[in-house]
Amino acid sequence: MADISSNFLGIKSPNPFWLASAPPTDKKLNVLRAFEAGWGGVVWKTLGTQVKNVSSRYSAVDYHGSRVMGFNNIELISDRPLDINLREIKEVLKEFPDRALVISLMADNSRESWHELTKKMQDTGAHGLELNFGCPHGMTERGMGAAVGQDPEIARMVVEWVMEIAEIPVITKLTPNVHSVVPTGLASVQAGTNALSLINTIQSVTGIDLDTFVPNPNVAGKSAFGGYCGPAVKPIALKMLATIAQNETTRRVPISGIGGISTWKDAVEFMLLGASNVQVCTAAMKHGFRIVEDMCEGLNYWMEDKGFKTLDDFIGKSVPALTNWEDLDINYHIVANINQDKCIHCGLCYIACEDTSHQSIALDYGKPYNKYTIKEEECVGCNLCKLVCPVDRCITMVEQRKGDEYLNWKDFQRLGLPLNDH
Amino acid sequence: MSITNFRLTTDEYDANFADIHPPFENLAAALVEANRCLFCYDAPCIKSCPTSIDVPKFIKQITTENIKGSAHTIFSSNIMGGGCSRVCPVEKLCEGACVYNLLEEKPIEIARLQRYSTDIAISHKWPLFKRKPSTGKRVAIVGAGPAGLSCAHVLSREGVDVTVYEKESKGGGLMTYGIAAYKVTPAFCEEEVDYILSIGGIEIKYNQTLGENISLAELQSNYDAVYLGIGVGLARQLNIPGEELEGVVDAISFIYDIRSKGFNQVKVGDRVAVIGMGMTAIDAATQAKRLGAKEVTMVYRRTEAEMPCTTVELDLAKLDGCKIIWLAAPKEITGENDHVSQLHCSTMVLGEPDASGRRSPIDAGETIVLNVDMVIKAAGQMPFEALVTSNNIDHQYGKMWVDANSGTSIPGVFAGGDCVNGGKEVVDAVQAGKDGAKGILNYLNVNQPVITNQY
Ligand SMILES: Cc1cc2nc3c(=O)[nH]c(=O)nc-3n(C[C@H](O)[C@H](O)[C@H](O)COP(=O)(O)OP(=O)(O)OC[C@H]3O[C@@H](n4cnc5c(N)ncnc54)[C@H](O)[C@@H]3O)c2cc1C
Ligand SMILES: Cc1cc2nc3c(=O)[nH]c(=O)nc-3n(C[C@H](O)[C@H](O)[C@H](O)COP(=O)(O)O)c2cc1C
Ligand code: SF4
Ligand code: SF4
Ligand code: SF4
Repeated sequence: MADISSNFLGIKSPNPFWLASAPPTDKKLNVLRAFEAGWGGVVWKTLGTQVKNVSSRYSAVDYHGSRVMGFNNIELISDRPLDINLREIKEVLKEFPDRALVISLMADNSRESWHELTKKMQDTGAHGLELNFGCPHGMTERGMGAAVGQDPEIARMVVEWVMEIAEIPVITKLTPNVHSVVPTGLASVQAGTNALSLINTIQSVTGIDLDTFVPNPNVAGKSAFGGYCGPAVKPIALKMLATIAQNETTRRVPISGIGGISTWKDAVEFMLLGASNVQVCTAAMKHGFRIVEDMCEGLNYWMEDKGFKTLDDFIGKSVPALTNWEDLDINYHIVANINQDKCIHCGLCYIACEDTSHQSIALDYGKPYNKYTIKEEECVGCNLCKLVCPVDRCITMVEQRKGDEYLNWKDFQRLGLPLNDH
Repeated sequence: MSITNFRLTTDEYDANFADIHPPFENLAAALVEANRCLFCYDAPCIKSCPTSIDVPKFIKQITTENIKGSAHTIFSSNIMGGGCSRVCPVEKLCEGACVYNLLEEKPIEIARLQRYSTDIAISHKWPLFKRKPSTGKRVAIVGAGPAGLSCAHVLSREGVDVTVYEKESKGGGLMTYGIAAYKVTPAFCEEEVDYILSIGGIEIKYNQTLGENISLAELQSNYDAVYLGIGVGLARQLNIPGEELEGVVDAISFIYDIRSKGFNQVKVGDRVAVIGMGMTAIDAATQAKRLGAKEVTMVYRRTEAEMPCTTVELDLAKLDGCKIIWLAAPKEITGENDHVSQLHCSTMVLGEPDASGRRSPIDAGETIVLNVDMVIKAAGQMPFEALVTSNNIDHQYGKMWVDANSGTSIPGVFAGGDCVNGGKEVVDAVQAGKDGAKGILNYLNVNQPVITNQY
């Protein structure tokens, strides 16, 4: 058996799967159920000033019959009284001392408020704090949440305030509603945060009801921009994570990966790109806490298969494989190949290439089945046909290098090589 | 042994004749299936539908909940798309060609999806087509079956005024009078005919028989063109002794009765023999069983390898508990008191393959005897040869000869459907009607492009 236990800034948990700060971690009852189900840790739903939530508050994007590919909410931070939350946190800590319990917080924009709130949190005995610089709706109108995360200087200031009195590890949670997460990440690290987490939700409009003409979710005939999350945001979250993992400064602190993680495979991808652990919200809201069982087992078997003994053996392993476009090898060339035994003659590769790519597939008309073959000279190796082919491993890309040597764009230009030679 | 009606209760009849291909229950179920469709390019399912319905397009339209668009796509290729979705032998047509078969997965339920859209369109009476302004041209159509109605619809869309002469008192042809009752209901057939007529410009004159009430010459002089879609109507005789005995019936009239009278009005024996192994034979056998016959035995001269029906149809008969005797040819029917009591058959063996590769049965010299009280003959149908001959139309064994424009040997007289192809499926007759309309429009110089799948 591999060892999947996690140590994030000294905060230990039996596995790297934490529940993100959101409704699943909003109260004792939920968190106890989560720990019973096997979750390694939780980030308690953000606590702060008194708020009131509306209904409805969620909407979703379905795709091709799959429900909740993307999830959207216009929920604010916890609307339960602070005292009750703090008392419940203490109770949970007693019942499950082996699990990670981090509290998310968001205070008004003053040093006193952050100090006061931070102290109250620390008094519970929680293992860490997460600064919510990301809530994209409601709170921003009051200058909080994403409004902080969007301005590196304000973020720096708030982190400094918190670090003045913090006695437990502090994680700063970044908003994706910026052109780059690096400036705020950098400012926070420079201001002393112990770790970063990302992403919070992405501002969105999930859709509009074609009968009522009101965007979703509908609150008495009106709607508001919400925060987007779930499987649909994973690629964006991974990209943002990678930029933090690549930056000289920000990569020095541990990163907690968040955004669209639903399975152990998603989690491994985040960890390969530099996350030390992961947080999950939408997947748990869609399926309940029981998904963690498979997450733990799947991770374990994968690590065993790959020969990894601990999480550290693979965290960040894929980061070096991401480089700049101009460093890619131009002499590397692949062409598509259709396995005629597997082909079911659906023509999807053909029409995709014909209409939108390089007209590299030949069609031999037949009744009822056409035959499709690759015109190798025309194929630019773009991958499109392989991506649209519905049959597993029917189209493969075969390497046909243009030259033995590695040649990148800078060298290509320097040597004055001709364009469009293939 | 007896041959009698009222064998079952109303509930039993209803249960026995309930829809064998039930529709999707709701949008969600249709969506799940529709979303499986790959939206193939130049899809084999289109090429294997005789009317070339743009299957991927109409299925895609279901996935986007564009049901009107979906129904329009279907009906613009096949105005009987609703009926076809219930009666097409899809295993050898569209669904048989679906690429999923090559993945050894269940093909897309094309017909059921087709039914989903068309049922909604028909029940809401969506006016999906608009006639072009009248061209002043008038065409007479004989026969309100699938061929005639499809021809009429295309002509009317193009602004031609159509009069249909039909010998029965209802439209739909064999759709109304021939198809097994567990595939379509009389109510649906009526709705379908009404829906086709709702475009306007088509008048049906019922109880008008060509050759009796009206003549071809009259039609030729009163109309700019004539289309014959009269089907094949006569059951083939066996030409064996005893055929005149009481209790020996032909499948067409047996089924006609089931379709036109109530189920409880149709007499059926305790022990029934059905002769033949085509679609009509299967329909006769299964429906005899469902009417309450105790034992139904199908008798066929050749083997399963040569049978004209599909395996799906054969399985239907087997599931209904029909017995099958392969390699037996009816030789004589004997009776008691003028009523059939025994069917005598010669056992057969298959001979050498003939030029077409089909192995013909030869008498093996032994006889088997079945005790029966009813014999249903389904040995094929014959065209209305006398009618065709008397009007001097060129033909082959009674099947009218037509050129590439669906024209018969008489200028201005066109034909199609079963009366030309000798008897295929509804969907072929619908296509024949479209082809006939195209030929007529060319002949009349009504100069617009006809019958595309596009808007
Ligand atoms: C028992 C049986 C079961 C079948 N089951 C199926 C099935 O499950 N699926 C399928 O796709 N196909 C089935 N078919 C075949 C299908 O019904 C025919 O291919 C189709 O109906 C042919 O259409 P049509 O318009 O050419 O002819 P028909 O449907 O035969 O229509 C001809 C019309 O012309 C009328 N007519 C004939 N003579 C005259 C006249 N002299 N004057 C005026 N009117 C006249 C008739 O009354 C009829 O209304 C079945 C056929 C039979 C016999
Ligand atoms: C309904 C809902 C409420 C949320 N509330 C908070 C919150 O109070 N504080 C916070 O930091 N993030 C909050 N989030 C964001 C999540 O913690 C997480 O960052 C985001 O959902 C992305 O992860 P996922 O794709 O796994 O859902 C909320 C998300 C949802 C769906
Ligand atoms: S997409 Fe794949 S299965 Fe379809 S025709 Fe192309 S190679 Fe064949
Ligand atoms: S008309 Fe018949 S063959 Fe054509 S697509 Fe529909 S069900 Fe299939
Ligand atoms: S062949 Fe099958 S999968 Fe392809 S378009 Fe037709 S129904 Fe859809």
